[in-house]
Amino acid sequence: MIREPEREVWSVTELVQYLYDILDLDENLKKIWVEGEITNFSQHSKSRHMYFTLKDEQTAIDAVMFAGNNRRLRFTPKNGDRVLVRGYVSIYMKDGHLQLYVQDMRLSGIGDLYVAFQRLKEQLQAEGLFDVPKKKLPSFPRRVGVITSASGAAVRDIIVTMRRRLPMTPILLYPVSVQGEKAAKEIAEAIDHMNRLMEVDVLIVGRGGGSLEELWAFNEEIVARSIFRSVIPVVSAVGHETDVTISDFVADARAATPTAAAEMVVPHIAELHDRLTHLYKRLLYAQTSLMNRLKERLHKNVDRPIFTNPNARLYQYAQHVDSLEIRLQNAMGKLIEKKDRQLEQRVYRLTAFHPQRRVEKEAERLELLKRDANWHLRNLLKDKAKQYQHLLAKLDSLSPLKVMLRGYSLVYRHDGKTLVKSYRQAAPGDLIHVRLAEGQLKCQVWKSEETENE
Amino acid sequence: MSEPQKNSSLESLPFEEALKRLEEVVEILEKGDTPLEQAIQLFDEGMKLAHICGKKLEWAEQQVEMLVQENGEWVKKLFKVEEDSE
Repeated sequence: MIREPEREVWSVTELVQYLYDILDLDENLKKIWVEGEITNFSQHSKSRHMYFTLKDEQTAIDAVMFAGNNRRLRFTPKNGDRVLVRGYVSIYMKDGHLQLYVQDMRLSGIGDLYVAFQRLKEQLQAEGLFDVPKKKLPSFPRRVGVITSASGAAVRDIIVTMRRRLPMTPILLYPVSVQGEKAAKEIAEAIDHMNRLMEVDVLIVGRGGGSLEELWAFNEEIVARSIFRSVIPVVSAVGHETDVTISDFVADARAATPTAAAEMVVPHIAELHDRLTHLYKRLLYAQTSLMNRLKERLHKNVDRPIFTNPNARLYQYAQHVDSLEIRLQNAMGKLIEKKDRQLEQRVYRLTAFHPQRRVEKEAERLELLKRDANWHLRNLLKDKAKQYQHLLAKLDSLSPLKVMLRGYSLVYRHDGKTLVKSYRQAAPGDLIHVRLAEGQLKCQVWKSEETENE
Repeated sequence: MSEPQKNSSLESLPFEEALKRLEEVVEILEKGDTPLEQAIQLFDEGMKLAHICGKKLEWAEQQVEMLVQENGEWVKKLFKVEEDSE
């Protein structure tokens, strides 16, 4: 069964929204280039938005360029201008009006240049020329190379600025045409030449402000490639603040103006003076504090007693030496004394044993002995004489004759030799001899008996 | 690079390198552990560098030359700029 499609009724809003969405989704309409002629141009006095119609022989379309975009235009559009615009198509929801929303606009003719610019930019970007790490600018170039017109304002600005900042930095100018047919080739050659010479540490490539056509050389591929090739760091300084060229993308640094480029490549002399003064002060301070530290250390050591009173230690030694000396002397004295004494003794003993002395002594003794002997002898003689006398007397007294004189007699046996002292020695009848003080008797015993009391 | 440099080579040192060397010398000395003899040498070198750098900064005359092709050869010519043209 074929069902009749349900009749759908849209609201105007729904329709306009639908169209809006369709246009919004169409990628082709998002970034389009359109060429046409301006009519019905007006600019709102307050908002500064621009409203106009873009037409060609057959048809027309309304267009709007908001202040945010048109502020950057380098010309004031007017009716009858042939222009190339870039933008997108959309619907103004308030009245369902289809409009071209213009983001950028160039006068036609240079529209081609603009397209070429975009194309080259994209191409070089794809090649990676903009992504290569940028070379660092020297902080103090020995010489600055400038590639620009010898007669333009740019070279003057650079020279004057550099003279103001760092006058001792020499400049080597490579004069080139900065506009016209030969400009790009000359600039590219100049950059290559400077790289062959290698007499400068940094290059400023640029020119003063001008129209897109006038700045065009700096959008040329050969210039971009020679900048890319350059071993010397390149500062791109083209036109004014708002001018952006391909050179700016490839260069190692982009300066808004030639003056700014000069400021970039050399420091201000005052900065260097400050830096130098600062370093000088630090140098002095570092050295002074090092010296002070060392001095302090030296003093600390010098102040020690060993240096302040060097003799103290000597005195100690001297005293020690003295005491040792005294002890030595004492010891020696004693030793000598002892030895002296010993010597004396020995000498004494020796003298004692001196032969002379001995002789004398012996002589003395001899004398003494002699005397003694004499004395003794005499005594002895005397004694002996006395003894003799005495003995003589005694002998005399003891003489049997004497005794016999007193009446005693001696009885001998017949033999005449044996003395009869006991009665037992003579038996009656025995012959005996009796000696008397005067003469003798020859007798015979008649009786022998023991005496009763005797 | 902490070895003291010879005097003769100091004079010929480009400003930037002289300044760099001066910085280096200052930094070494600021560490404060340099032996005295070396410190004196470095200080001497530093003072010379400071003097040389200062002298280079005093050089006030600007030299601007222009490369010109004459009879097929590149020569340098003095370039004069009219200052009061602005």
